[in-house]
Amino acid sequence: MVQAAVQSANSVDQGDDKPWVGRSIERVEDAALLSGRGRFIDDLGVQPGTLHATILRSPHAHADIVSIDVEAARRLPGVAAVLTGEQIKAVTTSLVVGVKAPVECWPIAVERVRYVGEPVAVIVATDRARAEDAAELINVAYRPRAATVDPLGAIAPGAPVLHDGFPGNLASDRAFRYGDPEKAFADAPHRFSIDIRYPRNSCTPIETYGVVASHDAGEDAFEVLANFQGPFSIHTVIARALKVPGNRLRLRTPPDSGGSFGVKQGVFPYIVLIAAAARVTGRPVKWIEDRLEHLTASVSATNRATTLAAAVAADGKILALDWDQVEDCGAHLRAPEPATLYRMHGNMTGAYDIGHVRIRNRVVVTNKTPTGLNRGFGGPQVYFALERLVQRIAIGLGLDPLDVIERNLIEAGAFPYRTATGALLDSGNYQDAIARAVEQGRLAELKARRDAARAEGRLYGIGFTAVVEPSVSNMGYITTVLTAAERRKAGPKNGAQATATVGLDPVGSVTVHVASVPQGQGHRTVLSQVVADVFGLEPKDIRVNTEIDTAKDAWSIASGNYASRFAAAVAGTAKIAAERVAGRLARIAASQLNVEAADIVFARGFVTSKQNPENRIAFSRVAALSHWSPGSLPDDAGQTIRETVFWTPPELTPPGEDDRINSSLCHGFIFDFCGVEIDRITLQTRIDRYVTMHDCGTILHPGMVNGQIRGGFAQALGAALYEEYAYAEDGSFLTGTLADYLLPTTTEVPEPEIFHMETPSPFTPLGAKGVGEGNCMSTPVCLANAVADALGVADITLPLVPARLAELVRGAEPPPPADGVAAAPARESDRRLRGEGQASVRGTPEQVWVMLLDPATLQSIIPGCQRVDKITETHFRADVTLGIGPVTGRYRADVELFDLDPPRAVTLRGGATGALGFGSAEGRVTLAPDGSGGTKLTYSYDAAIGGKIASIGGRLLDGATRVIIGQFFAALARRAGGGGASGGFSLLALLAKVAGLFGGRR
Amino acid sequence: MKPPAFDYLRAETVGEVLDGLAQQGGDARVLAGGQSLMAMLNMRLAKPKLLIDIMRIPELRKIERKTDAVVIGAGVRQADLLAWPDLAEALPLVALALPCVGHMQTRSRGTICGSLAHADPSAEMPLALVALGGEVLLRSARRRRRVAAKDFFAGMMLTARSDDELIEGISLPVINGSRFAFREVARRHGDFAIVACAATKTPSGVRLAVGGVADVPTARDWPRLEGSAVDDALNAFAYELGARDDVHATARYRRDLVRMIGRDLIGEVLR
Amino acid sequence: MSRFKSDARHPIHVSLNGEPVAGEAEPRTLLSDFLRHRLGATGTHVGCEHGVCGACTVVVDGMLTRSCLTLAAQVDGCEIRTVEGLAPAADRLGVLQQAFRRHHALQCGFCTAGILMSLDHYLARNPAPTEAEIRDLLSGHLCRCTGYTPIIQAALEAAAQLASSKKETSDA
Ligand SMILES: Cc1cc2nc3c(=O)[nH]c(=O)nc-3n(C[C@@H](O)[C@H](O)[C@H](O)COP(=O)(O)OP(=O)(O)OC[C@H]3O[C@@H](n4cnc5c(N)ncnc54)[C@H](O)[C@@H]3O)c2cc1C
Ligand code: FES
Ligand code: FES
Repeated sequence: MVQAAVQSANSVDQGDDKPWVGRSIERVEDAALLSGRGRFIDDLGVQPGTLHATILRSPHAHADIVSIDVEAARRLPGVAAVLTGEQIKAVTTSLVVGVKAPVECWPIAVERVRYVGEPVAVIVATDRARAEDAAELINVAYRPRAATVDPLGAIAPGAPVLHDGFPGNLASDRAFRYGDPEKAFADAPHRFSIDIRYPRNSCTPIETYGVVASHDAGEDAFEVLANFQGPFSIHTVIARALKVPGNRLRLRTPPDSGGSFGVKQGVFPYIVLIAAAARVTGRPVKWIEDRLEHLTASVSATNRATTLAAAVAADGKILALDWDQVEDCGAHLRAPEPATLYRMHGNMTGAYDIGHVRIRNRVVVTNKTPTGLNRGFGGPQVYFALERLVQRIAIGLGLDPLDVIERNLIEAGAFPYRTATGALLDSGNYQDAIARAVEQGRLAELKARRDAARAEGRLYGIGFTAVVEPSVSNMGYITTVLTAAERRKAGPKNGAQATATVGLDPVGSVTVHVASVPQGQGHRTVLSQVVADVFGLEPKDIRVNTEIDTAKDAWSIASGNYASRFAAAVAGTAKIAAERVAGRLARIAASQLNVEAADIVFARGFVTSKQNPENRIAFSRVAALSHWSPGSLPDDAGQTIRETVFWTPPELTPPGEDDRINSSLCHGFIFDFCGVEIDRITLQTRIDRYVTMHDCGTILHPGMVNGQIRGGFAQALGAALYEEYAYAEDGSFLTGTLADYLLPTTTEVPEPEIFHMETPSPFTPLGAKGVGEGNCMSTPVCLANAVADALGVADITLPLVPARLAELVRGAEPPPPADGVAAAPARESDRRLRGEGQASVRGTPEQVWVMLLDPATLQSIIPGCQRVDKITETHFRADVTLGIGPVTGRYRADVELFDLDPPRAVTLRGGATGALGFGSAEGRVTLAPDGSGGTKLTYSYDAAIGGKIASIGGRLLDGATRVIIGQFFAALARRAGGGGASGGFSLLALLAKVAGLFGGRR
Repeated sequence: MKPPAFDYLRAETVGEVLDGLAQQGGDARVLAGGQSLMAMLNMRLAKPKLLIDIMRIPELRKIERKTDAVVIGAGVRQADLLAWPDLAEALPLVALALPCVGHMQTRSRGTICGSLAHADPSAEMPLALVALGGEVLLRSARRRRRVAAKDFFAGMMLTARSDDELIEGISLPVINGSRFAFREVARRHGDFAIVACAATKTPSGVRLAVGGVADVPTARDWPRLEGSAVDDALNAFAYELGARDDVHATARYRRDLVRMIGRDLIGEVLR
Repeated sequence: MSRFKSDARHPIHVSLNGEPVAGEAEPRTLLSDFLRHRLGATGTHVGCEHGVCGACTVVVDGMLTRSCLTLAAQVDGCEIRTVEGLAPAADRLGVLQQAFRRHHALQCGFCTAGILMSLDHYLARNPAPTEAEIRDLLSGHLCRCTGYTPIIQAALEAAAQLASSKKETSDA
C-alpha cells in the first residue's frame, strides 16, 4: 500500500491523450547531466586572458585592520592586482541595508573585520594557484576587539558593538499586536512557555559560488555571469553598488547550477567584488569559491533565540500566542535580510486557528557570517518553537499531542482563511490530511511498536508536527519590518511578478523562456509538459530555456528560484502565455479551416475542428504563418511569434496600516509523524519510520514533487541530527570543512513514507502550490518531538548531537578512582587551551634565568627559528617555522615578559600570526632549586587559537598543543642534561610554539 | 584551495626514495595514497618542497605471510589488504577495523602505512597496530630499524619516524587461538572515530586498546577481571586517557563510551 | 625516476576513456583541474577539494580515485575513466544512466558524475549487490538534492538489468 503510493509517483507513465501535466515523465535535463555534458559555471570557457581571483579572509571575528602590506604579493610574477577594502571602496558604494539605519555594508572589510572569513583583499592573477601564492605574502596587522556571537549576549549591556549605527547591536526592534492577546492571556486557565535556541546551519549546495565579470570602460558597463539564483531585486543592489544604472549591469546565469536551496542568493556581494576587480584590472576576472570559503563565509540561515508563550484552555485549545524572537543576522544586515524573520509573519499561528497574537521581533548583529536565503527560510525557526510548544502543552495538560494539534486546526470549511497576522490561507483540509496520514502511515501500529520497545527498556519515541508551508512570497512582506509611517514614505511594495515567454519560430516549433533560474528542479521538463498540453504537442516538441540574461529577457525583481514559486507562479504564467498564443492560433486556424474559433482544439500535433476531426491542419503550419505571411492572417488574430506574459496575483497586497501582511500566496499543508529509537550506549538517534503527508495543491510532476520532499527531508534530517555552523565564544569558526560540518550521507538518510492529497489553490493558474521547503520546516521539530518523547525531557536543542543528549539523560558520572588522574577540565567552549607541567633542568635557577633572557641562545635552540630580535630587555620578536606532523607554517611571534621575579618567576605574554592562524597566550613559569644542584621548573599556560587552523583542524588542536609543549621540555631536559653553559631552555620558544600554531588570542 | 608549489619525484626504487629523503630531510614528504596528504596540501597546511611518490615501486606493494606475522609494504593500499584472501584468518582484528577506514573511494587509494605515518589519534589502523603489538619497519639511507607499536606513536600526528626515514612496511603478529572484538562510534558512517575500541584475549587475560580519546591509541592489559573489577578498571582507564571536548563530542561522552563499549568488548572476547 | 620541477609544466600522457590524450601540468596541478581545464573533460566536478564530497571521483587504472586528492603527475601513463566515457554512444545512455533518469536519481546533477563512476566501477565487480552494500559504497558521496533513495533504487535496478542482460548474452 505504502510502497504502491510511492511507486506510482515514481513510475513513468506513457502515452495516450491524458494531459502531460501530472505525469512523471523523464526529465529533458538528464541526458546531458548523466553523460558529463552539463554546463555549470566552471564548465564554460572564458575569454582568453581572463584572470583568476582568490580572496584573503579575516582570521579574526572582530578586529581593526591596522595595516595591510601587499607589496610582496603585488611583486609576485603573474599577479595583476591586489585590492583591499580601500581600493574596492573607491570604485563602489556600500550595499543597501534592509532597515533604516546609518550603517554601511561593504562586500569587503573596510578598516575593520567583523567575522571570520570576511574578505580582506582580492588577489587577481593569471591562475588560481598563483593568486593563492600571493595571498600568503600579504601581511595584515590586526588589532583584535572583543567579539560577540550570541544573539542575546549581543544585546546585553556592555557587549562589544559591531556598528555604531546599530546601537547595542540592535538593527531593528518592532512590536506587533493582533486581536487582544493581553486579555486572552489574562483570562486563560493555562499558560505555557518555551525558550528555544535555533542553531545556524545551511543547505550547502555541492557546487560552490562562481562569478565571471568583465567591464567595458568605454560604456562603463558590466557583464557578469554568476550562478546567482535570484531574487532579481538583488540586481538593483548590485548595480547600485557598482555605481551604474541597471541597464549597464548585464547579469547572466549559466545553463546549469549545482543546487542552491537559497544559498546562491548570497553570491551577490562577490559579484560586486569580482566586477570591481574586473574594472580595476581592465580584464575579465573569474572566481570560483572553494569549499572552505563556502563553509566559513558564504551565507547561512539565521540562528534565533525565541521565547514563545501560549494562553491555553483546559481542553488544549490555544487562545493566544506571545512571540519574542531575537534574530541573529551575523555581522552585516545584507539584502534581503531581515527577510528571514518576516517571511513567516503572516503564518505565525501555523496550521492553527488562533485569534490573538503578540510579537516582538528584534534583529541583532553578531560577529558571525552574514545570513541570507536558505531553504525553509524562517520556517524552521518558527515551527521549531510552535510545535515544540504544542507537545509541551499536551504533556502539561495530560493530553495526546495529536489531540492538541487536531483541536487547534483551522476548520476545513474556513478557507480562504485569514490568519490573525494577515495571511490568506488559500485552501486545504487539514483534518482530512491528518486522518489519511494516520491511517496510511499506520500510526496505531507505530504506537504499538513504541510500547513494545519501551517494555524492553529501549528508548523509543514518537513525534508529530503540523505545518503550513507558504510559497510565492509577497515582495512586500519585508517592509513589515518598517513602521506603517515609514512604509508610507517609502512607497508600496507588493506582488510577485512572474514572467514567461512563448515563441514560435518559422517552422512552427515552440520555445519557452522563463526567468526562474532552476538549480536542479527540472523546470525545463515541467514547462514542456505545461505548454505541450496547451498546444496538443508532446513535451519533446517544446524547447525550454531557463537561463537568464537581464539585458535581453523579460524579468522582474521577483524573478528567480526561491520561495517555492516555480510551480505555483512561473509554470502558471507559462500556461497563460501559451494559452494566449493558442487563442490567436485558434483564430488563424478557424479561418483556414472555415470553422468558428470555438470549434478549434489542439491535439496530437494538429489544430482540429471538434465537430469534424478530419478537418485539421498541422500545428507547425499554423504556427509558422506569422513569420511567412503575416498579411494573410485574419485582422483580429495578431502576431503569434512571441508572447510574454507578466503575472502577479492580486491577493499579494502590501502590509496594512494594522501590520497585517499576506506574506505568501499559497499555503500547502504538511503533517508528519515519526518513530525514533535512541541507542542507550551511543545515544545516536535512528529513525524507525518517518511519515510525511503533503497537500501541495495540484501536482504537476509527481516524481519531482517527491524528489523535492525527499531532498528537503534529507537536509532537514541533517539540520536535526548533524549540522551546525559552530562558533567558539571568541568568534572562531569551528566547522570549516566537510569533515566538521557533517552532511548526512546514504547511510544516514532513510526513505520517508510520502503521502499526498490535492486541494488545488484557487489563486494559482494551475492550482499548484510550492512543495520544496516544507520538510525543512516540519522535519527538524518532528524529530525533536520524537526524541523528547523517547527521552522524557522537556528541552531539546538541535542538532541532536549524541554527546548533548548524554548530558540530558545521564546522571552523575562515576568519579575517577581515588588515586587516579583527575578529569580533564570541564568544557572549554571558548576554545582556550589550558595546561600545566613540570620539568627538571640542570643548572641553578640563576643560570637558567640568564639563559632564558638571551636571544642568541634562544635562536640557536628554538627549532625552526629564523631569528630573534630583542626589542627591549623584556620584549622579543621572532620568526619561527612551526610544524606538527605534516602541518607546517611560518609565524611572527611577539613576546613580552611581565612580573619578573628573578630568578624565581616570570609571566610571558605574547602573540603570533601566520597564514594558518593567530594566537596570543600567557604563561607563568616558576624556577626553584631542586635540591640537587638543578632547577625544578613549573609552568602553566592559557592559550587559544583562531583563524584557519581553528576552523579546519579543531579536532586536533588541543592534543597538538600538549604535544608541542611536552616535546619542548623533553628537548630541554636533553639539552641541559648534556651539560655545558650553552645548553638552555627557552621560554620564548615555548611561547612562540604555543602562541604560534596553537596559541591563544586575547 | 590549490596546493603550494613543490617538486614531484616519482621514485621507482626504494633507494631513490631514501636518497630524496636524505637530501631534502624535513622539506620532503612521502606521497603514498594521498588521502590525507593531498587534502592538507590543498588547504596549504603543509608546505613541502618535494613530494616523493612511492606508489610505483613494486617491492613495496607486497603483503607477505611469515610464520607468525604478516608484513605489509608501504605501497599496499587499504583496498588491497581488504581484498587479500588470508585477511580474516590471519588478521581478524584488521578485518574488523579496516572497513571503518573512510570510504570505498578512499580505501582504494589510501595505504595502510600512510595511515600509520599520518598518526591521526582517531584512525583505525594505528589502533589495530597497537592492539596487536605490531612493529613499524623504518628505513633511511643510513640504517634500518624496527619500532614497536607502543613506541611509534609519539602524539597527535607525531611518530618516532625521523624526517629521513621511510616506513617500508609494518609487521603484524598472527595470533592464533585468540578472540578479537572491535567497535567504533563515529558521528556518521565512515567518519574518524569519536571512540574506537579493540579488545583481544591474551594468554593471561585481556587487552583493550582505545583510539580517538588520548593523543595516541592506547592499550591496557588486564588479567582476567570479574564483576565490578571490570568497571573499576575501565573507569580508571577512561580517566587516564585524558579525554577532551570538541565540536563532535564531550570528554564525558568519550569516557562513557570507553566504559560501556570496553565492557561489552571485554565480555565478547572472554565469553 | 622522474623529477618534475615545481616551476615548470610537464607533459602528461593518459588514456582518457580509451583515447590517448596529453596535456601539460605543473607538479601541483590536481587531476581534477587537469581533466577539466586541460583536457576539457568538465563532466567530473569539484565540490570540496578535500576528499569528502565525492563529486570528483573517477577511475584510475581500475581504482576509484578522488581526482581532487590526486596529482596529474601521479597519473602519467595511466588509464582514466570519467563520466564522459559511460554512455555507449553520444545520443544513447547506458543502463545505469537510464535507471538514474527513470528514478529521478539526480536533480542538479552536480554530484552525479562521481556517483555514477563509483556505481559503474562497483557493479562491474559486484553484480548482485544488496541495498546495504550500495548504501555503504555511496556513503563516500554527498548529494544535497535527492535524499539518496532514488539513487539507491536506480542502482539496484540497474544491477538487476545488467545481471540479466549478461545472463542473456552468456545463455545465447
Ligand atoms: C573522506 C575521507 C575519510 C577518511 N576517513 C578516515 C577514517 O575514518 N579513518 C582513518 O583512519 N582514515 C581516514 N581517512 C584518511 C585515510 O584515508 C588515509 O588513507 C590515511 O590517513 C593516509 O594514507 P595515505 O596512503 O593516503 O597517505 P598520504 O596521504 O599519502 O600520506 C599521509 C602522511 O603520511 C606520510 N607517509 C605516507 N606513507 C609514508 C611512508 N611509507 N613512509 C613515511 N611517511 C609516509 C606522508 O608523507 C603524509 O605525511 C579518510 C580520508 C578521507 C579523504
Ligand atoms: S572534490 Fe574531490 S571529493 Fe570533493
Ligand atoms: S543532484 Fe544535486 S547534489 Fe546530487
